[in-house]
This record gives sequence, C-alpha cells and structure tokens, in this order.
Amino acid sequence: MADKSKLYESVDSSESRKALIKLIVVKTLCYLFLIFLTFMSFFFFYLLFINTTRSNNQLQDGGLVLIPSDSFFENLHNLFTSFRGEFNAVIGLKNSLIVALGSSLLTCYFSALTAYGIWAYDFKLKKAAEIFILAIMMIPSQLSSVGFYQIAIKYGFRNKLWLLIIPSIAAPATFFYMIQYLRSTVSKELIEASRMDGSNEFMTFNRIVLPIMKPALAVQFIFSFVGSWNNLYMPSLLLSNKDKKTLPIMINALSSTSWGSKDLGCIYMAIFLSIIPVVIVYIFLSRFIIKGVTAGSVKG
Amino acid sequence: MQSTQINIENSSNIEGLNEVENKPKKKLSYTKWGYIFIASFFVIYLIFTLVPQLLTIYDSFFDYDPFSGILVTDAHPEFCGFLNYQRLFQENALGVIEIYQTIGNTLIMWIIGAIPQMVIALILALIFTSTRLKLKGTGFFKTAFYMPNLIMASAFSALFLMLFSQIGPIYTLFKDMGWIPEHFDFVVNKTSARLMVAFLNFIMWFGNTTILLMAGIQSIDESIFESARIDGASTRRVLFDMTLPLLKPIVVYVLITSMIGGLQMFDVPQVLTNKAKNSGTRTIIMLLNDYLNMKNYGRAGAISVILFIITAVLSIFVFKTINKKEDR
Repeated sequence: MADKSKLYESVDSSESRKALIKLIVVKTLCYLFLIFLTFMSFFFFYLLFINTTRSNNQLQDGGLVLIPSDSFFENLHNLFTSFRGEFNAVIGLKNSLIVALGSSLLTCYFSALTAYGIWAYDFKLKKAAEIFILAIMMIPSQLSSVGFYQIAIKYGFRNKLWLLIIPSIAAPATFFYMIQYLRSTVSKELIEASRMDGSNEFMTFNRIVLPIMKPALAVQFIFSFVGSWNNLYMPSLLLSNKDKKTLPIMINALSSTSWGSKDLGCIYMAIFLSIIPVVIVYIFLSRFIIKGVTAGSVKG
Repeated sequence: MQSTQINIENSSNIEGLNEVENKPKKKLSYTKWGYIFIASFFVIYLIFTLVPQLLTIYDSFFDYDPFSGILVTDAHPEFCGFLNYQRLFQENALGVIEIYQTIGNTLIMWIIGAIPQMVIALILALIFTSTRLKLKGTGFFKTAFYMPNLIMASAFSALFLMLFSQIGPIYTLFKDMGWIPEHFDFVVNKTSARLMVAFLNFIMWFGNTTILLMAGIQSIDESIFESARIDGASTRRVLFDMTLPLLKPIVVYVLITSMIGGLQMFDVPQVLTNKAKNSGTRTIIMLLNDYLNMKNYGRAGAISVILFIITAVLSIFVFKTINKKEDR
C-alpha cells in the first residue's frame, strides 16, 4: 500500500482517485451484503411457494428443487376437500378473520377515544391515568394468562371468540401512539370550533377528530390485525373446540415428527394460506407500515 | 373488582364537585367527558387484565397438587405459602430444575439470535443513513428486511420444520454437501434446534431493529457531524467517538425490549421442537403453558410471578434509558 501511494504521489488527482476507488469498493461490498440478506429474507418463502406447486409424491422423494411444478391448484383443492388433518382452512380463515378484524377495530377505536379523553380534557386524574397506562405497557400479556384461563374455564367462556376480542379495548401501546399523534398533529382549536357549532362531545370525536386521525388509525389497524392474526398463545389455551380454532392453532397441530404418511403438498399449502393475506397487505402498504414501525414497536 | 367500584365512585365525586363549583364557567364542565372517554379502557383493563393478574399472584400461593402429583383439579386448593416457588427451584423426577433449565434455554436462544441481529442491524442502519455512500434502493431493502417480522411465527416455524425434516429440501442440501452425519435430525439435536430457533428469531427481527436504529441515527443532530468533518475528523473517528456513543441509549433500549420479548419466546420453539420433545429448546412460556394445560394454576402462577419480576426489573432499565435520552 505504501509503495503504491508513493507511485501516485506525482499525479495531482491521486488522492481523490484513491478515495473514489475506495468508495466504489465499499459500495459494492455494501450492495453484496444487502443482496445476501435480501436473499435470506425471501429464500424460505420462495421454497414454500415452490413446494406448494409440487405434488405429494414429488415432495416425498425429497431433494432441493427450485423450479415450480404444476400441482398448485391440485394441492389447494385437496386441502379444502380431502385433507385429513387438524387443518380446516375454511373454519380457520373464518375464525382468524373474526378475531383479527374484531380486535383490531376495537383497539383502534378505543385507543383513539382514550387518547382523546386524556389529550382534550383537563381533569384531576389526567396525568395519573397517562402514567398508569405507560407503566402497564411493559407488562407482558402472558402474565395474566393463568388467571384469565382460570376465569374462562370457571364461567364457561372457553371457545368463545369474543373473549379474545373484547380485551383489545385496553391496548396501552396503541394508546401511546394515538396520544402522540394527537399532540403532534391535531389542534385543540378545532374542538372549540366544533363546540361552537353545537356539536356534542361524542360527535366531535367521531366526526371531526377520528377522520383527522385516519393515518394513525390505519397504521395501528395493520399492526394489531397482524398481531392478532399471528397470535398462538392465548387462542391455543382458550379455543379447544374444532369449530372455533384459529389458523395458528391449526398450524401448531400440523407440527409432526413423521411426515411419510402425510400429504405434504397440502401442509405446505396450509402454511402458504396462513401467511399469504399478510404478505398481500404488506406488498401494497409496506411504505406505510415501515413508517409506523418506529413509533409502534414497543411490543418487543 | 372492588377497586373498580372505588375508582368509579371517586371519579364521579370529582366530577360532581367540579360541576357545582364551576357552574358559571361553562368551559370546565367538560371535565366529566374526560372520565367518560377513558372509562372503557380502564374498566376493560381491570376486568380482563388486572383481575386475572391478581388472581395469578393469588394462585401462586395455593397448592393445586397436594400430593405433588401432576393432574389434580382440586376444587378446594390449600394455601401453601411459597411451596410452589420452592418446588420450581427443586429437582423434578428427571433430576432437572425446570425453572433454571427453561430460563437458561430462553436466554441462550435469545443471545444467539440477538447478538448477530444487533451487529447486522447496526451495520445496516449506518450504511443506510450514510451521506457518503448514498446507497440506492434503501427503501426496497428496508421493505424486504422487515417483511419476515409480519409473517405468522408459527407458520414460519412449521415451514422450517418441514424444510429441515428428513425429506425436506434443506436437509437434502446439507446431506449432499456432507455437512451433517447420516440420519441427523435437526429438531432432535439440541444445538441445531437451538440454532434454528435463534436463526428464525434473527430473520424475523433484524429488519425491525434496523428501522429502530435508523430512527435513532436520524434523530442525532446533523450539524455536529458537519462540524466534526470541518474539523477534519476521519470517518472512523466520527463513527467510534460520536455516532456509536450517541446511539448507546437507543441500542440499550432496543436490546432490553428485545430481551423482554425474548423471554416470552413461545411460538417458534413450540411449533418447531415440541413434538420432538427437545429439552434444549423448552422455554419458560412453554413450561407455563404445560402447567396451565395440566390445570396446575399454583405452579403456573409462580412461574408467571417470577417472569413478572424479571420483566419489571428490565422495564425499569428501559425507562431509565428513555429518560436519559430525553435529558440529552
């Protein structure tokens, strides 16, 4: 290195040229690194897709295949009709959709309502209420599971989907996001103006404030929907009835140690079916979602 | 439940007082709306979270398996002091102290996943925000790296389980390359199973960490970098003497929240290794889940309380680092 730099010393632009070469090398390395990580993020999903297109016989033979075959629709059809396993796609999709939609709608509306209550009004316990919500934000939901499960059994609330939906009304992390959004983007003068027009408090919130909060609501809706859609722990404790199971419970039941007697094409299709709704949403809204990560990621 | 009533009574008293005192001033009569708007949150929180939490703590002092049998659903459990806690720290029939084993497993798998995740996320955040490199397509890369975070963890694990099974493509690849011995089972072997769990956690979380660290870097005042550059500081010195020290609070924050999340590790090891009965990947929440399914609320309660204490201590650290960040 030292010799080379001496060689170029006489040339005027040698320093800047060296810097340029160095920059190009560093940039190339960066891109290679990024491409490698992108490959790692997508590779397994690519394999999943490939395997959904292969028939059970092909899959049972094993081997790493990277080219799609032609059994995609056959597998899809078999999964919905003849598949003998714990996975019932229609019931799973329906229940997952009910729980995820219900809980994310409640989370969004009531978090916004609570945030608005603390932001817009002056009352004695205002500060205490906010500190309390911030403090409980870090408590993992699993800690209440023992008591929750016990109560659910005692009062015969097992296998009730609403039991997984209603608690979403109290979502501390979403509340935190909403109140920050209100503080940074909404003006209190707006409320005054709406009061002047004779609007009552609920109408002001529902018709004036909620529409302004649309961007925040959308971000939080996606996060809570995905969180609920993917959740395994609580649903698997509470839902034991075949007709009430959600997709993650069914996926968990597919897990096995002997695959020889199973229809592998159907199992790959079941996994594919469970993740594809989220992937489609992500493809369309990724820019939006990534913006929301920074503020809404206290979930751990 | 009692505390709910007291709270509601208190708040209505306060509303009442304010209304009487300030009747002429119309503005202050809005006070009650504050309580009305936040009421649903607190009522639901009390019923569905706080009461179950208190019940969990209460349970932990009651004996649900008086003959230290397993499946006892006694309708009248007896108060037993700290017996459930003591039993957790005693060897079981297999000569294993379950709580140490599961906490140990959880921490080992968290560390194997979190350390490379932190390092790679830091590198990514630095090269994404670098004004010198001016990399193109960072938006695409960020999108690609974040995607696995939204994938259903249980489905992702089931996919891994199949890809690494004896007839799976990855297994075949490893075997053809001669990297693994004959009849090797990825989910039965302790080390490979742990590595798989850690790798899945890594893939799922490194994009998220990158985005958080980028936000941290972007929040640093750009002008201090400029003045350093004008003073002739080298890139390396700016990185090690300025950027990294300034990033320390957010790195600590990300690490601890990741650890709190890591302690709750369940979906991935459950789907991946539960059927294989691998003792090296059994996490603390899996242990809790097993006791709950046996309806041993006492032991399950004690595990929850221990987990709560660990989480609380970690959370205090988090709040301290957040406060430090605000001081800056």
